[in-house]
Amino acid sequence: MSRRRNFFKSIDWWIVALYLILVICGWVCIYGASYNFEDTVFWDIDYRYGKQLLWIGLAVFIGGMILLLDGEMYSVFAYGFYGGIIILLLITLVIAPDIKGSRSWLVLGPVNLQPAEFAKTATCLALAKLMGGFDFMSGRGFTRKRVIDASLVALIMFLPCVIIILQNETGSALVTFALFVMLYREGFPGILLLAGMCAVVFFIVAIRFGAESIIPLVPEESFGIFLVLFSAIIIHLFLILVYFGDTRYFRDLAILNTLLFGGGVLAYKQFDIPVSFLTLCYVSIGIAILYQAYRALKTWRYTYFLVGLFLLISTGYAHAASFAFNKILQPHQRTRIEVTLGMLDDPKKSGYNVNQSKIAIGSGGLEGKGFLNGTQTKLKYVPEQDTDFIFCTVGEEHGFIGCAVVLLLYSALLLRLINRAEKQKLGFNRVYGYSVASILFFHVAINVGMVTGLTPVIGIPLPFFSYGGSSLWGFTILLFIFLRLDAANNEYGLSGRG
Amino acid sequence: MVNDPYQNRKYVIGGFMLLVVAIYVARMFVLQIMDTSYRDQADNNAFYKEITYPPRGVIKDRNGKAIAFNKDAYDILITVRDAKGIDTASFCNALDIDRATFEERMKKIRLIPGYSPYTPQTFMSQLSDEEFAPFQEKLFRFKGISVRKRTLRNYSYPCGALLLGDLGEISAEQLKRKQKDNDTYYQPGDFIGLSGLERTYETYLRGQKGVKIWLRDAHGRKKGRFEDGAKDVPFIAGSDITTTIDIDLQAYGEQLMANKVGSIVAIEPKTGEILAMVSAPTYDPSLLVGRKRSKEFLKLVKNPYKPLFDRTVQATYPPGSTFKTANTLVLMQEGFVNANKCYSCTHGFHAGRLTVGCHHNGSLDLINAIKLSCNAYFCYGFKDMIDHPKYKGAANGFETWKKHLVSMGFGYRLGTDAPSEKRGYIPNAGVYNKIYGERHWKATTIISDAIGQGEILTTPIQLANLAAVIANKGYYYTPHLIKSIAGTTIDTAFTNKHVSTINPKHFGPVIDGMEQVVQHGTAYWIRNDALGMCGKTGTAENPHGKDHALFISFAPKDDPKIAICVVVENAGFGATWAAPIAALMTEKYLNGQIETPKRQYWETWLKESNLLPSLAPVIPSTAKTHK
Repeated sequence: MSRRRNFFKSIDWWIVALYLILVICGWVCIYGASYNFEDTVFWDIDYRYGKQLLWIGLAVFIGGMILLLDGEMYSVFAYGFYGGIIILLLITLVIAPDIKGSRSWLVLGPVNLQPAEFAKTATCLALAKLMGGFDFMSGRGFTRKRVIDASLVALIMFLPCVIIILQNETGSALVTFALFVMLYREGFPGILLLAGMCAVVFFIVAIRFGAESIIPLVPEESFGIFLVLFSAIIIHLFLILVYFGDTRYFRDLAILNTLLFGGGVLAYKQFDIPVSFLTLCYVSIGIAILYQAYRALKTWRYTYFLVGLFLLISTGYAHAASFAFNKILQPHQRTRIEVTLGMLDDPKKSGYNVNQSKIAIGSGGLEGKGFLNGTQTKLKYVPEQDTDFIFCTVGEEHGFIGCAVVLLLYSALLLRLINRAEKQKLGFNRVYGYSVASILFFHVAINVGMVTGLTPVIGIPLPFFSYGGSSLWGFTILLFIFLRLDAANNEYGLSGRG
Repeated sequence: MVNDPYQNRKYVIGGFMLLVVAIYVARMFVLQIMDTSYRDQADNNAFYKEITYPPRGVIKDRNGKAIAFNKDAYDILITVRDAKGIDTASFCNALDIDRATFEERMKKIRLIPGYSPYTPQTFMSQLSDEEFAPFQEKLFRFKGISVRKRTLRNYSYPCGALLLGDLGEISAEQLKRKQKDNDTYYQPGDFIGLSGLERTYETYLRGQKGVKIWLRDAHGRKKGRFEDGAKDVPFIAGSDITTTIDIDLQAYGEQLMANKVGSIVAIEPKTGEILAMVSAPTYDPSLLVGRKRSKEFLKLVKNPYKPLFDRTVQATYPPGSTFKTANTLVLMQEGFVNANKCYSCTHGFHAGRLTVGCHHNGSLDLINAIKLSCNAYFCYGFKDMIDHPKYKGAANGFETWKKHLVSMGFGYRLGTDAPSEKRGYIPNAGVYNKIYGERHWKATTIISDAIGQGEILTTPIQLANLAAVIANKGYYYTPHLIKSIAGTTIDTAFTNKHVSTINPKHFGPVIDGMEQVVQHGTAYWIRNDALGMCGKTGTAENPHGKDHALFISFAPKDDPKIAICVVVENAGFGATWAAPIAALMTEKYLNGQIETPKRQYWETWLKESNLLPSLAPVIPSTAKTHK
């Protein structure tokens, strides 16, 4: 008895509560999205809200089972699970029927399963097993052991990713990249991560905003470049602060930039002098590079050169991306990228979807139109309104307040996960915890970004909200395994054999 | 794990996640609160506002008889998507059209802006009851075909076309103009009053459209009523209006004017109410209703006698001798003639080499001068006035003369509610200064004005108004067609008395003279003592052909109830053609019927006479004697 009481106490009920709230909110929105003005029937099990309730019941059952089962087996069988899921993915690839171009569904009688949703959990477990080991990446420099360890991490991460891409589920495959957040926590060089992220984000920004400007002082064709340069200036300031702790340098350049850009805004607003903000960026970058060269020579630290190089490369990169996109790519290639980035309103495809989802969310206003009163979602203007675009229903029926509350719930869940992961005594648990947080974060960020037109349209579900058994169960298993590990951690101080 | 070198990275990761969430919350703020355009887009997306059309107000005559009212018409709508499997042959058969027409219409439908295969599009419009009935029986067989009811005008009398006016689809220009005037009532395809009363009283007759709000899905399909119709706006039916027209008198006038070019305007002097307003030739107003409208309209436009030209208010004529009455009143007011004043006429007015011919010889007093329409009398009077030294020049004298005429309604628009009224023309001294040079003209230069020729131009309604001024002994109300509007009062412009500058005491001799015209004078042959008619004949010179016959009159003398002006173009003497028409109209209005066989004979004779001018070019005739 005493073990049981301890066990219940050791479960993190905050996470359980947040999970249940999100699932219930999700169901309410699915009910709203599939509710039909013409029907007066309030309840019908054949409708998606009915089925989803069934899936929720099963998910809660699965979650309970995971909590009741032994927590040690996840570590013990981590590679076994991983191997099993790889085989399942391969089988799926062969036997799955073609559903809307995707070969990722296993048809099991009345139920369709998407193994890709469970592959996340298996990958996380395998990574945790590998990285939680005592001697993972031990030592320094390029030793044979470290290279093999790093290669194994890459293999575990990208093997399922490749198979899922072959199944034509690119969205799910991209989720793999979320795990870099976890890798960062485990010691992946931040500078590499930053460089990689900058490369992707700068490229997208330079092109996405290459033809529209939201600031009057920046010409339309160079707004993307301006955004990249401006971000580069800010990032380099923080690099200085974080990597060198050089507050004086940070202060000097921060003041300089404030004066420069503040003066530009003032000159325009007060005196109507048209100042080119792009030129201001060049001036700021030029001064920063000269200043860094001076500091580098004075202090004899080559890292100052590296930061200067970052600015220089960013500037060149933005122009190169813009040039490559506008001058080198063929028109049809350009069009494809433009549609993917939501720059072109392709009324039949993703452009239409994003436009309609923005209309649905934007029409919600502060408080929303009220439960079941949303017109855009009910009348099927928004595509995939109960799966990938479920957030539109939140926006339309519950307004800004509803959206903010849902986003805050996710933030709370993510921060709690990080908090619990840090408390783990075993590397296995911590790696797994961070993996869970990373994957959930990636899903929320991409999904909400997609429906609000901020990120490209990648069809991945909103965790716990979107309709669908596989995705709900996948996320539930992912989360509850961590809860079980966490409970064991609290109960005994140790769990598994790590 | 205590010595974990990367522990602090949890802050970077947590901070990064919060930053992304903060950006998204800001994005929501922009989308949902700062930018309100999405709300409108959502409404446009989701709500289909179906306009419901109110029935147009009914137009009644002064005795409450409905003249213009509504009948149902049917538009055939097609929802292309649903109508795919339609049996085209039997559909065409039911609508009595051929296959080619069908194909052509379907092609046109697809070009309409806002076309959607999911929503009903107009396939054929304005089918009448008779046309629609055979189709209705088969309607159930045609999937995707629906019917929209509309109302069209229906007329109980085949007359009054011009004064009632017509309705038509609003043109792009009108729409633009209306929007400029902040009138947002109309949408393309709406009907609007284009002429006559329909145009003048459009805002009352049209009522207010209603709106039925439907929900529609992404394909444009209707998905039921929004909030079960709670937010719908019901239409408000147009207000009925009552006109001053006596429709029986109007119809009678149109019969008398058959096969003639000209006009009749009859006014009730005490109120300015127009009793009849005939412009001839005319047409049946129901010709311009429904699908035959455009074809019939084209015919009317091409008709050489211009039936669409409202001669009562738009045609201007020299008033001829009818104007002598007005001239007399001015001369009396200015003190140049009185009842006893005599001028001698020696076959005309002579001043130097100038002669205005006349039939008389000998001295005439005022009453006899009017009775016999003596040109010389009025020319001498006019000359005495204009050239009188007290005005210090002919220019001032003429301006005084003009001022009095304007006070009797000449020279400017009367402001009646029949649209497109012309102003007529009384020149001012400046005009003559320009033609002849300042101080280089005098009364004899412009002597034709004295007898209603020269530069003077009047509309028939102005002459009828002159008859009313004389009947009222010095005042008039702006002639108008509106008697009452349901739910509101009529324009005060029609209830304000206009008092002329002529002293009422001067009217007695003129009225006596006009009585004599009908008793023993130029129009003696229409004498009918029972009516107590007073009139004045006139013949307007027409340089293009036979002269125009004019006649103004009012009756009864002691308590005038009807003032009339009749113009018959190319008919010759006023007494011959215009006077009997005025007499019959007066008798018809006052007694309700024509009594003696003699006048019944006139009736048939007039109805059957054809005075339409030959359409071959006519050689301008030489100057004629004024009568």
